[in-house]
Amino acid sequence: MSGLSPLSLVYVVLSYAGAAVFFGGLLHKLWGYAVTPNPLSIPVTPHPATMGGVVARNLINITLFADLFKGNRWTWAGGYAFHVILIAVFARHLRLFIHPVSPLLAQIQPVALLGAMLLPLPLIYLLIRRKAVDRYAWISSPADYFVLLLLLLIALSGLGLRFVNHADITGIKHFLLGLVMFSPVDMPPHPAFIIHFTLALMLAAYFPFSKLMHAGGVFFSPTRTMVDDPRERRHINPWAAK
Amino acid sequence: MAKADFEIPDIENGVSVPAIKPGAMAHVKYHAASEAHLSKLGFPAKRVDNWKEVALAKMNELMGKYKSLKLFLDVCVKCGACADKCHYFLGTGDPNNMPVARQELMRKVYRKNFTLGGKLFGGLARAEDLTEEVLREWMTYFHQCSQCRRCSVFCPFGIDTAEISMAAREIMDSIGVGQKYTLEIIAKVHDTGNNLGIPKDALIGTLEFLEEDVKEATGVDVKFPLDQKGAEVMLIVPSADFFSSPHVDSLVGYAKVFHAAGISYTFSSHASEFANFGMFIGSYDNTKKIATRIADAGRELGVKRIVVGECGHAYRVAYSFWNTLAGPFDYLDKNHAVPTHICEFTEELIRRNALRLDKSANDEFTVTYHDSCNVARASRMGTEPGGQFEIPRNILKAVCNKYVEMDPEANREKTFCCGGGGGLLSDELLEVRVKGAAPKAAALKEVMDNQGVNTMAMICAICKAQFTKVLPYYDIPMEAVAGVHQLVGNAIQLGGK
Repeated sequence: MSGLSPLSLVYVVLSYAGAAVFFGGLLHKLWGYAVTPNPLSIPVTPHPATMGGVVARNLINITLFADLFKGNRWTWAGGYAFHVILIAVFARHLRLFIHPVSPLLAQIQPVALLGAMLLPLPLIYLLIRRKAVDRYAWISSPADYFVLLLLLLIALSGLGLRFVNHADITGIKHFLLGLVMFSPVDMPPHPAFIIHFTLALMLAAYFPFSKLMHAGGVFFSPTRTMVDDPRERRHINPWAAK
Repeated sequence: MAKADFEIPDIENGVSVPAIKPGAMAHVKYHAASEAHLSKLGFPAKRVDNWKEVALAKMNELMGKYKSLKLFLDVCVKCGACADKCHYFLGTGDPNNMPVARQELMRKVYRKNFTLGGKLFGGLARAEDLTEEVLREWMTYFHQCSQCRRCSVFCPFGIDTAEISMAAREIMDSIGVGQKYTLEIIAKVHDTGNNLGIPKDALIGTLEFLEEDVKEATGVDVKFPLDQKGAEVMLIVPSADFFSSPHVDSLVGYAKVFHAAGISYTFSSHASEFANFGMFIGSYDNTKKIATRIADAGRELGVKRIVVGECGHAYRVAYSFWNTLAGPFDYLDKNHAVPTHICEFTEELIRRNALRLDKSANDEFTVTYHDSCNVARASRMGTEPGGQFEIPRNILKAVCNKYVEMDPEANREKTFCCGGGGGLLSDELLEVRVKGAAPKAAALKEVMDNQGVNTMAMICAICKAQFTKVLPYYDIPMEAVAGVHQLVGNAIQLGGK
């Protein structure tokens, strides 16, 4: 790292710190969810009585947000659009972290770009939604607006990088690959990129300490992931076992 | 219409989502538990001096013991899908009765004391310490939750407010702050084996009286046996079935079913109660103790099967928790589900054509069915998911000519609670109960006005007690409330086949 510019040195340190907080925090949280026992059988019924059925139900819920659809169609529309577009944006960014880029990944780039361009729309919709309905306004805290605004700023700065203040994409890829391969190189001193990258690091570091943990937590929810078979199979409470 | 000193929601055109009215229900307070009851159940007799520290330590302990609590405090994104789903919110407009906001009462304390963001940014994260005022909010609003799980049906993460409110009540009890109604009842069940505190002699008297009564009405010797060793089945019913109306009519119905099926059964004086209020206060130990009492009674009597009566939360405890808390039930016949719900028992007999039924006996009734929350969303009947909806309906259609469905948006898995569940069936909470009953009353009113329904059948002792009390506030006569086995009892033809 001796040959790095001072700016690059700062960002290399920040990047690894951000990644450490993100992955460390994420694993810590997920580990906590995984090892905390379910003393009692508490699926919300009607619910499948077999593991296969439970997996199928959860796949549908996680890929289609089926329970939210039942709950509120307008919230579902905004939330679902946002998450699908987010996947497109990830696909868009993946090419910057992998070399060589696979043909499939290269092929989907135009679609992914379109997705990235749309990202601000559901975010703005979700922001307005929080203000527009008295119930949602009542439950929304600064933290809820902060996440949406942070994501919106990341999206807008990313679009700025692509369409306004065009960045040296080869230089960025060099820098990111260098980080991934643990042999850091200089960061392109490009203002729009620095802003975009800084905001993304903030999001990563914030993630494990926030409601964004719903992304991992949804896989552990006992009311959804337990099998409804308490009469057929004795559920043992680990902390009550003698 | 019954008179009230509070405003009764207008249900004429259904119940729509109200505008929020902050603090609308803040004035409703439960009666405090006595020192004797608190200490009897293993809690401090009065509020401990360092209550805040003790409460936070308890909260930390529970987060380590319950995955639900640990996860649910973290992952709510406050999407608001649950915000308009609680019957208490729909009936009162108090924003703290939105499930997400009710959970926030605990989540804000969690953030302040257990998360980095809450410790660093306090107000911005809406983190708050467990102050005297927050404790008051807990006492109020965690007793305006009937733990019916309706919110969790619509939650993208399955967050169940019942888990939070049970934990909150457990934490409050652990610092010596408890609700009289639930604690007094649990103390009684530990002492006498039933919630009403009925001694064995009174129980014998009641059962004898019922035998005479049925004999007089039908000319048939239908037995109501108590403590009969070697009977095939132990029947466990909510103690309200022995004394309350219309509950007792279902009790007669169960007895007639056993008589007609020719299967011997017995009640137990040691465990003369199906209800298990230990769940309402989130107390694992008390729930276990009550469940174990029943398991012991069955073992002592040498029965082969346990059949349970019409009670919602008790069926949840029996179906979902008994095996864990008081199992294994290895003294029972493995060919039958443990426990078997009386509806499963009766429906099987109907399917086998083992009962003689005269539907016309119920011709004065046009019947609809109310899905009780804990049966609908926390248990199952039969082998297929959703059997808890179909089996009671199959019975009703077999014993009545006129059967009508209510709006499925207010029934089945989306059923609205009666408004009296979860330990709220107490006089001082009447305003909450009446207002919380509005969505279900509206669904009932709709089929009464448009399809001539005059009877709502159900399989929950709390629903029966609650509806007979609160429906008159909506101009619906309490006679509209019936048990499923009350109608079975009307239709069943006794004597030789």
